[in-house]
Amino acid sequence: FFQYCLSGHPTLPCNILKFKSTTIMLDCGLDMTSTLNFLPLPLVQSPRLSNLPSWSLKDGNAYLDKELKECSGHVFVDSVPEFCLPETELIDMSTVDVILISNYHCMMALPYITEHTGFTGTVYATEPTLQIGRLLMEELVNFIERVPKAQSASLWKNKDVQRLLPSPLKDAVEVSTWRRCYSMQEVNSALSKIQLVGYSQKIELFGAVQVTPLSSGYALGSSNWVIQSHYEKVSYVSGSSLLTTHPQPMDQASLKNSDVLLLTGLTQIPTANPDGMVGEFCSNLALTVRNGGNVLVPCYPSGVIYDLLECLYQYIDSAGLSNVPFYFISPVANSSLEFSQIFAEWLCHNKQTKVYLPEPPFPHAELIQTNKLKHYPSIHGDFSNDFRQPCVVFTGHPSLRFGDVVHFLELWGKSSLNTVIFTEPDFSYLDALAPYQPLAMKCIYCPIDTRLNFIQVSKLLKEVQPLHVVCPEQYTQPPPTQSHRMDLMIDCQPPAMSYRRAEVLALPFKRRYEKIEIMPELADSLVPMEIKPGISLATVSAVLHTKDNKHVLQPPPRSTQPTSGKKRKRVSDDIPDCKVLKPLLSGSIPVEQFVQTLEKHGFSDIKVEDTAKGHIVLLQEAETLIQIEEDSTHIICDNDEMLRVRLRDLVLKFLQKF
Amino acid sequence: MDPECSRLLPALCAVLADPRQPMTDDTCLEKLLDWFKTVTETESSLLLLQENPCLVELLSQALKFQDVSSRILSFSLRLAGIFAAQENCFQFLQQGELLLGLFGEAGPLGLPAWNVPSVRSGWIQGLCSLAKHPSAEQFLVDCGAVDTIFSLQEDSSLFVASAASQLLVQVLSLSIQGRATPQLGSSDGDWPSCAQSIVGYLEESLRSGATPQITQALKVLTTTFGRCHHSWTEALWMRLSPLVTCLLEKDTVPTAHSLADLFLSMARSPTFGSSDCDLWVTLAQTLSCLSPTQAGPLALGILKLHVCPQALKTQAFDVLLQPLACVLEAAAQVPGSSGLPDGTGSNPTMADALLASTSSCAALLCQSLAHLGELQALPHSPRPWPQVLLLEATMMTLRFCSGSAVPISSVGGRLCGILASCIRVQRAALDFLGMLSQGTGACEVSSSVMSHTPHPSSVPLHVLSGWDSADPWVPCFPEAQACTFPAGTWKFLGWGCWGVHPLASVPGPQESVTQVFAILLEYLRSPESSPTVLKKAFQATLRWLLSMSKACGSNNPDPHTQPFLRELFPVMQKRLCNPCWEVRDSALEFLTHLTTHWGGQPDFREALLASDVPELTQQLLQDPEAYVRASAVTAMGQLASQGLHATPSGPEHPGAKQKSLPQELLHILSLDSEGFPRRAVMQVFTQWLQDGHPAMAEDLEQFMARVFQVVSRDLDWEVRVQGLELARVFLAQTLGPPDCPYAVALPAATPPTSPAEVLRTLGRVQLLEFAFRALFDCDRPVAQKSCDLLLLLRARTAPGGGLQGAECNPEAVTVEAALRAWQAGEQGQPLGELVPEVVVAILRALDLEGLQATLAESSDHVEQSPRSLLQDMLAAVGALGGHEADCY
Repeated sequence: FFQYCLSGHPTLPCNILKFKSTTIMLDCGLDMTSTLNFLPLPLVQSPRLSNLPSWSLKDGNAYLDKELKECSGHVFVDSVPEFCLPETELIDMSTVDVILISNYHCMMALPYITEHTGFTGTVYATEPTLQIGRLLMEELVNFIERVPKAQSASLWKNKDVQRLLPSPLKDAVEVSTWRRCYSMQEVNSALSKIQLVGYSQKIELFGAVQVTPLSSGYALGSSNWVIQSHYEKVSYVSGSSLLTTHPQPMDQASLKNSDVLLLTGLTQIPTANPDGMVGEFCSNLALTVRNGGNVLVPCYPSGVIYDLLECLYQYIDSAGLSNVPFYFISPVANSSLEFSQIFAEWLCHNKQTKVYLPEPPFPHAELIQTNKLKHYPSIHGDFSNDFRQPCVVFTGHPSLRFGDVVHFLELWGKSSLNTVIFTEPDFSYLDALAPYQPLAMKCIYCPIDTRLNFIQVSKLLKEVQPLHVVCPEQYTQPPPTQSHRMDLMIDCQPPAMSYRRAEVLALPFKRRYEKIEIMPELADSLVPMEIKPGISLATVSAVLHTKDNKHVLQPPPRSTQPTSGKKRKRVSDDIPDCKVLKPLLSGSIPVEQFVQTLEKHGFSDIKVEDTAKGHIVLLQEAETLIQIEEDSTHIICDNDEMLRVRLRDLVLKFLQKF
Repeated sequence: MDPECSRLLPALCAVLADPRQPMTDDTCLEKLLDWFKTVTETESSLLLLQENPCLVELLSQALKFQDVSSRILSFSLRLAGIFAAQENCFQFLQQGELLLGLFGEAGPLGLPAWNVPSVRSGWIQGLCSLAKHPSAEQFLVDCGAVDTIFSLQEDSSLFVASAASQLLVQVLSLSIQGRATPQLGSSDGDWPSCAQSIVGYLEESLRSGATPQITQALKVLTTTFGRCHHSWTEALWMRLSPLVTCLLEKDTVPTAHSLADLFLSMARSPTFGSSDCDLWVTLAQTLSCLSPTQAGPLALGILKLHVCPQALKTQAFDVLLQPLACVLEAAAQVPGSSGLPDGTGSNPTMADALLASTSSCAALLCQSLAHLGELQALPHSPRPWPQVLLLEATMMTLRFCSGSAVPISSVGGRLCGILASCIRVQRAALDFLGMLSQGTGACEVSSSVMSHTPHPSSVPLHVLSGWDSADPWVPCFPEAQACTFPAGTWKFLGWGCWGVHPLASVPGPQESVTQVFAILLEYLRSPESSPTVLKKAFQATLRWLLSMSKACGSNNPDPHTQPFLRELFPVMQKRLCNPCWEVRDSALEFLTHLTTHWGGQPDFREALLASDVPELTQQLLQDPEAYVRASAVTAMGQLASQGLHATPSGPEHPGAKQKSLPQELLHILSLDSEGFPRRAVMQVFTQWLQDGHPAMAEDLEQFMARVFQVVSRDLDWEVRVQGLELARVFLAQTLGPPDCPYAVALPAATPPTSPAEVLRTLGRVQLLEFAFRALFDCDRPVAQKSCDLLLLLRARTAPGGGLQGAECNPEAVTVEAALRAWQAGEQGQPLGELVPEVVVAILRALDLEGLQATLAESSDHVEQSPRSLLQDMLAAVGALGGHEADCY
């Protein structure tokens, strides 16, 4: 039982579990924070960005000046943004049997794994995960491909060069493994390997283990996974939420009795309560718009945006914002808004019941109908005709490195009337804004992360009581900025086992039992004997037949005449021969009585010696030695088979046979 | 007794005694008992029974039927007790052995009805009423009631058990009263036999080791000592005290609350307060035995005592301060650097309570904060009152809760985790912080720092820690020596020492206030503050701002609150836009208070007008939530009074409608579907009229006419009452000041308006029609208010002579007819324009005094008479009978 940890990012996990005889990859998250080191990709030619000064080494060497640009004291790579992939060297990906996906954010590295590593297995995910995951990938590919950039910087990645660069480039890890974005073709190929599953569906893997997705309450179709064999159970918890937002609530009960609970995807902002943040979001939005400013919300095209729109739906009238247009701009905006309305079975109870009325489960349908919310695939086309200010724009990408958001930041950044409100917790907002400095626009940070916080985790662990908890190392200590907050870490007994990127962890399983079936005719032939009250034993002689990790005891073939031994059969041949069965013996030999019996049978001159393990009975005359130990008795005599048999029978008299 | 009632009684008794006619409504029986109790208070019970033999009949009937209803049985027992409270009546009932039958062993105790708790309760209450005279005592012994009372102490019904305990107390005092006090340490023989058996029972209960029995016994003692201050109570205590103090020696005191109640009841009794019994020692011992949470209420009780040794008060005060001491200790930046032990190790109980779980920590801190808050409000709050350190500790608690504290010690880290976002503690701490504003004027702070600092040379530094357990008790206050403290108590050395606490960096007064405002701002600003916490933060802020301005002796905000106000308004803006209506509502309330106090102050005005707060407030007049609209109305009213409201929106806000504020409020009054905003509008109008607000002055009559027209049709009676209040103010202003011989004549007083002119004005503004209509309003407060208004009007416009009424005027007849129609409940037509003469005639014709007297009676005065009660009861049963007859 091993766990290979391929990602260092706790909320974008990628782990491989070697469990029984299977190799299971749990999620394949893509760490996109690497893109923060790159210059933004502007949709419209930006004189500011294209005229940034080049950065050169202190010694005046200018060979990097095409690759690195300087902006407000920060240095950025001027190239197509690249992503930090999960570790692929730690284990041969072609040995991975299956990949289990827990939610659409945790599958973004899938094309890298399925297309270029020799992976031949199956990927399991729920339908919303697949569909929304596809949207996210499609958006990503679209954002990057529509701004073609010839240059691909690589000189700076040279280890000797990287040392000389300023932070954070100097400290960027694994830069050599950073890759450009995949293509739509790769996405399609990767997604075609996904097999759809439903909550609580049991999927057999090679007869050895069973995997089951459970609702995790975080996003549409998001799941936790239970991986179990007959005697071992691993629960994989990734991106779960106990808040009542739009998805189906989290299934906690099925996580009980786990030997190991692998815990990832906790909230990235443990000190911020989502309710308070939504309040902050709305207040700042209203204040900006009232003052004639525009609001920019960098966001993903699915997830929290549904909740924000729902909140705004209730709020805009009270705040007098009914006339302010809301724009949602994404290549997949339309699909995202429509998909959310059709996944009724994956929604929370309230929203499910609406479907039967019938009403759309999400109120954004009404916002669209009343023209309060408009959506566009990009800023080009219809949008430019309808565009009215002041307005609120939801658009991607939250990293601020590509997507339509780049355009709006360039457009609105100069006025302090406008506000950018960060709601996605994945990127540090200061780092995201770095290439736009100096910025007059107001910045509000209200990260909304509905995933479990540490208080909820501690309640969850009390409830499901796993024997061991395994989690990323970040969760076993307070966050570096709040080192005194001992409440912001996992506190459990025994202490959680932690892992970090590129580490292999032996999971604390004791493999003690295996389930074996007995064929009925064999079972019929057993005659149990009661050894102790309530405990019966029976000897069984059978052939153990193992196929597809299932073990069956079959009746032995009829005993054949013992072969002379001249012809040795090959070991692998057929079923081994069965010898005539000897009974099993139990009990102990009382030495004094044994000596008396020997005397009765005519042995004299008997000497008894005590040894560490038992006794030695010496028959000096017969030059014979009987070694009696707790679980064995040896009769040592020279070539006197008759004597040995006699003595053996005397010993056997003291023992029970069955 | 009213002869009419006397006449109805036999029939009623017959009905009650008849098991076939069940009484469905037992509230009638309760009322009946109340009535008999009132009757017997003034009349002789004996005479009553002799004159109404049906009553005795009823009582004896109660026992004749095995299947008597439990209600009637319980009623009879209580009624018998009421009559037997008078000794001669008791003798009379005894002659017929009626009482023995009711309360003796042969009585209801054997009936199946005894299983019904109300019967047992009736039996107890009957005896409670009866046990008033010496004959009763003997009766109780003879009929074996005392043993039954003992068994009822553990009754399954809490009401019965509690009543039984009260009865026991009463029997005990009855048996002892009037006899010589048993000598201290006297033998059992000196106690009257009844008292002897009760004391024996109490001893047995206290020895039993079973918590319910002990609790019950302690309750009996508590009530006894609380009620009776006779010297025998001291003898009783002497006898029982060893058993009671024994309870304190157990590891965990099982009945801590009851014990605390008992000791406090004793301490309040003059018998013990002045005696030389060792009550104070026991109290000191109890304080140190109990767990921190249990000791809190006792400590508060001790501190509220008028007579109490100072040392004990000091100890009690320390108990309340301990949790906050721990908070400060936990926040210490460099633990252990001055020989201080690590906080957790020093007082295990306190540390356990604080660090065990969020719930225990919150319970302890909230209790401590609430108790200290209660103490601070007392006139004799403990001295010295450690104002500055309490402030520090409260702020530190708030920082722990918000996660902004950065403790280095392990206890601090743990506390930080436990208290993080604990709303309960946040609310309690903000409440207390608000209260602390009372003692912290900028000038007062400095004096309190001085007075709480003991002489440094007299106290060695190493015992100055609140956590120090290794050092022997070193009393800090001279009084502490007077009290003996058992070993093992926590050695908190008194808050006073903290003045020189080596680690507690006590801030200066200015710094303290700045810190308070900083933490308040942090809470007001934080998106993590829950609506209830935010409300508390607003309240605390207001109290601090008020106290600061008071301390500076003028209405101007204190100079160092200025920066705070500048920071405050951007926060307010955000709060007024919050999606949670509770937040918007409390922000508006806060704004109203702020404006009321500082609306005239230039700096405040400047800061407010520089923000969007006035515009946002106006916008909230259209809030979807009624409470918010109401608060917005009040806030706008206040802003407008001070000339701070936003002018109608300019071209930059094309969405907003161009409407003046009075028009907008009138719009709300006419169309808002909820009562709260409409009530608020009326209050604002009244306030504006009183203050002579310019918005009202312009075209006042037309505006008032519109208001009265709208308000008279309002469905909410409170709005109509508010309307009449507005009418009263308008009337008073129209009439001008009353002619008062002592009034100082104003130099520029306008000449008084003539009554006829006044009446014409009132007619034009529709006030008269509104008032006349309200006179017959179905809601009494409206009619009352209108009646008062018209009386005032009549007194000033139609006193005796003067303006002649037009009694025979046909117009007056029509109006009177209209009024009669209104009185009869018809809607009718509007009165139209009223001529002054007609009004005077109507005012004279109406019996306003009579109406006022009728309205002053409570609405149920007719129904509440005993006669009507009896009639109702008979009618109810009669109606039942009637239905029976219908069936045949």
